[in-house]
Amino acid sequence: MSSVVDSHDHDHAHGGHDHHDHHGGYSGVMRWITTTNHKDIGTMYLWFSFMMFMVGGVMALAIRLELFSPGMQFFNPDQFNQFITMHGLIMVFGAIMPAFVGFANWQIPMMIGAPDMAFARLNNWSFWLLPFAGTLLILSFFTPGGAPGVGWTLYAPLTVQMGIGMDLTIFAVHILGMSSILGSINIITTILNMRAPGMTLMKMPLFCWTWLITAYLLVAAMPVLAGAVTMTLTDRHFGTTFFNAAGGGDPVLYQHIFWFFGHPEVYIIALPAFGVISQVIPAFSRKPLFGYASMVYATSAIAILSFIVWAHHMYTVGMPVTGQLFFMYATTLIAVPTGVKVFNWVATMWKGSLTFETPMLFALGFLFLFTLGGFTGLVLSLVPVDIQLHDTYYVVAHFHYVMVAGALFSAFAGVYFWLPKWTGKMYDEKLGQVHFWLTLIFFNMIFFVQHFLGMAGMPRRIPDYPLMFETWNKISSIGAFGFGLTQLLFLYIVLKCIRSGEPAPQKPWEGADSLEWTHLPTPAPYHSFETQPVVK
Amino acid sequence: MSLERQNRRTFLRFALIAAGMFGFGYALVPFYYQICAAWDVRNIESRAERPANTQVDLGRTVTVELDSNTHKLPWSFRPLVKHVAVHPGEVATVEYEVTNTRGVPITGQAIASYGPQLAGEYFRKFECFCFTQQTLQPGETRRLPVVFVIDPKLPRDVNSIALSYTFFEVEGRSAAAAGDRS
Repeated sequence: MSSVVDSHDHDHAHGGHDHHDHHGGYSGVMRWITTTNHKDIGTMYLWFSFMMFMVGGVMALAIRLELFSPGMQFFNPDQFNQFITMHGLIMVFGAIMPAFVGFANWQIPMMIGAPDMAFARLNNWSFWLLPFAGTLLILSFFTPGGAPGVGWTLYAPLTVQMGIGMDLTIFAVHILGMSSILGSINIITTILNMRAPGMTLMKMPLFCWTWLITAYLLVAAMPVLAGAVTMTLTDRHFGTTFFNAAGGGDPVLYQHIFWFFGHPEVYIIALPAFGVISQVIPAFSRKPLFGYASMVYATSAIAILSFIVWAHHMYTVGMPVTGQLFFMYATTLIAVPTGVKVFNWVATMWKGSLTFETPMLFALGFLFLFTLGGFTGLVLSLVPVDIQLHDTYYVVAHFHYVMVAGALFSAFAGVYFWLPKWTGKMYDEKLGQVHFWLTLIFFNMIFFVQHFLGMAGMPRRIPDYPLMFETWNKISSIGAFGFGLTQLLFLYIVLKCIRSGEPAPQKPWEGADSLEWTHLPTPAPYHSFETQPVVK
Repeated sequence: MSLERQNRRTFLRFALIAAGMFGFGYALVPFYYQICAAWDVRNIESRAERPANTQVDLGRTVTVELDSNTHKLPWSFRPLVKHVAVHPGEVATVEYEVTNTRGVPITGQAIASYGPQLAGEYFRKFECFCFTQQTLQPGETRRLPVVFVIDPKLPRDVNSIALSYTFFEVEGRSAAAAGDRS
């Protein structure tokens, strides 16, 4: 736990940007293993998340392959369940969360004018926990009984019965949680203690604000998940009966504890995405963000409300109607601050000088599709409707509109937006736009039709379905393969940018106004802001 | 205070919050059971099956007045006794007699009602012809028993309960029964 002050012996680099090729004492692989530099660690987070995105994506394709036709084709139901489970866990904990931690590592120190993260070595450790957790998750496929096939929510009582793969998953969740908590404390400390002189909290770029609030959510919610899986572990091996009904435990109790973590988790994923969008839209509208203060308050309101709505994931467990009503009203209440955000983004664009480069396209795609996902969420928040739609493909469509069109689109917007600053080179704008349009079309092809399937009653997590669902499933599967291939194009665009992109100017986006654009050259030097800028 | 010390202090503060939240997860366990008990939602057996004190309250006598009606049904329907006196908690049996006066089979369903209405809550029927539909052949007469107990929790000011049955015809079933015969 060392602060940045003594984490590097590079005082000679003070004030000179020509030292940006000085990468600490090691070279080759050791540079990456030992690095305490926030930019290196951010890069590793982003690449790790992309790899996990590919692994989780392959599992999604396996699922869509099996669902291409009714009947059983490629996988037995057990394998199908394992793919469903691992797809969810890997995408949530391995792909989306690390992606935004990567953005935080790269951007927060630069945006608040800090030289690095507060705890540089801890930062290194937070990242290097991840590959081990990812390996444990993937290893569980090769244990007797295979990976857990219980769904990413790890519901009891199935988790109490699964084979050794379940234990590996529990440890993976512990490690991932530890990594997230340490990373969050690091981010909170950096933002609270290390802002440049004059950078008051209410002058911070909104991305820093959303991450600050996300980090609070992580510190409060992740330990509860750790507790839930620890209880599962002791139920499995040490004779406790928290969830084991045979000994007087209650599986419904698990659902309550899990979703007490699980709903804030939704906003842990969504809030940093909101933050990226709140940087991109003003930059390409050439206007400051509309209603900055209300954005901050709306984000806080969402975060606080997220702790009192968890049971809307479990309306059907047989809770009293009073409970259902409470959670229904609390849930619909979240639409208010979220609506404030959406209207603010729209108002930011109002009468702006808009241009539509790739980051802006992804931000607009986010705005449309995330709002659609928000609306289906509002539909699902209503108890009588939810009881019909619970565990159908309508729910699958809903949360993929929020997770993919919300978080992933925003991550793409962020990568295209900051890639010039990170690499010093421009990405291929034409290919970027192709990537956007293909992603948009294939995304809707996969998930829009799943609303119809859900309304017609197709249950989720089942490898087979009646003939009447065939057409929409075929369209969805074709869309999934198109979507998967399109992401290889994204990989190509990023690699091409790194290898042979045109040199980028210091501020390639006219309307961008945060410190990394106004105060740092392109590419951002390895050590930046060792003398903190003064913000007026 | 140096930045390093300040950072360390912030770290400790949030590490404590994280540890506290880990404990909070465990605190949810007793909390859950308390909430369930308060709302009476986590009962393995349904409320009706739960054992209660079945002692007969010999200090009270409740008169049960028996009443019978038919609704647009050509049946004669009457209780064998007009009223019966029972102690709360005592198992009692009464009988009704019903005759189909029409030349075709007819299916009927009896619906019970109580006066005063709140007495219905304390009137526990173990056996009743109103649990199922009754199909009577032409001219058939049938004796229909009702086995019941009055819950000793019946409010003390209720001294008599009117138990009234009304037979309604189940029209589709009657036609089907007639069809079977022809």
